[in-house]
Amino acid sequence: MAEAVRFHFDVDGDNFASAGEASVQVKKLLRQLALSPEVIRKVSIAMYEGEINMVIHANGGTADVTVEEDRITIVLSDSGPGIADIDQAMQAGYSTAPENVRSLGFGAGMGLPNMKRNTDQMQIESTVGVGTTVTMVVLI
Amino acid sequence: MTVAQLKTKLALETLSLPCPEREITGVYAGDLLSWVMGRAESGDLWVTIMTNVNVVAVAVMADVACVVIAEDAELSEEVVQKAKEQGINLLRSPLSTYQICHEQILL
Repeated sequence: MAEAVRFHFDVDGDNFASAGEASVQVKKLLRQLALSPEVIRKVSIAMYEGEINMVIHANGGTADVTVEEDRITIVLSDSGPGIADIDQAMQAGYSTAPENVRSLGFGAGMGLPNMKRNTDQMQIESTVGVGTTVTMVVLI
Repeated sequence: MTVAQLKTKLALETLSLPCPEREITGVYAGDLLSWVMGRAESGDLWVTIMTNVNVVAVAVMADVACVVIAEDAELSEEVVQKAKEQGINLLRSPLSTYQICHEQILL
């Protein structure tokens, strides 16, 4: 792979049921690039959790995926309320998700920990009232 | 054991079966989708009573071999359609989650 391959997606914030469409697309595209199933799985899970977070908390956002020779970088960006205390948000079980989301089987405070566990690097930049950008790297 | 063999063994109702020959390499039971996504392994038989459309997306991401809905939990046509579109094996049983796992363990 001489040149980086880039994908861009807009994540719709209105429909919780359609959350994951960008992740499904990425999974298909990574398969076409013949990456290992384990790498594809890690990227898919991390990106899906991030996508759900943007739908739950930020009324959607954008996802940019870059595939390079040795790594896949996922950048999720939103203009949502921001995260005041990132360390607290990273704790497994801590959640601010509303009840309707919990009844669907999400909002258990597992999203960010799952994202960290499935990636080799993860960085969260957030400003309250402005938005959040999560950058994740999976090494190939 | 393949998904088709499991279907016969447990007399499962077929809702979507695009990959009947997919091999089942493990079992995972759970309803909390984020937890399942973090813990289920690729190739697992996933047993759940959760039936919203996000179940299909989780099955895709976690790359499970099939989803078995326990206790004949009701699910919408939209979920079945989504499973077909995404190539997910989706089956259903009147048995409880425990009974399905128990049967599966006694292969």
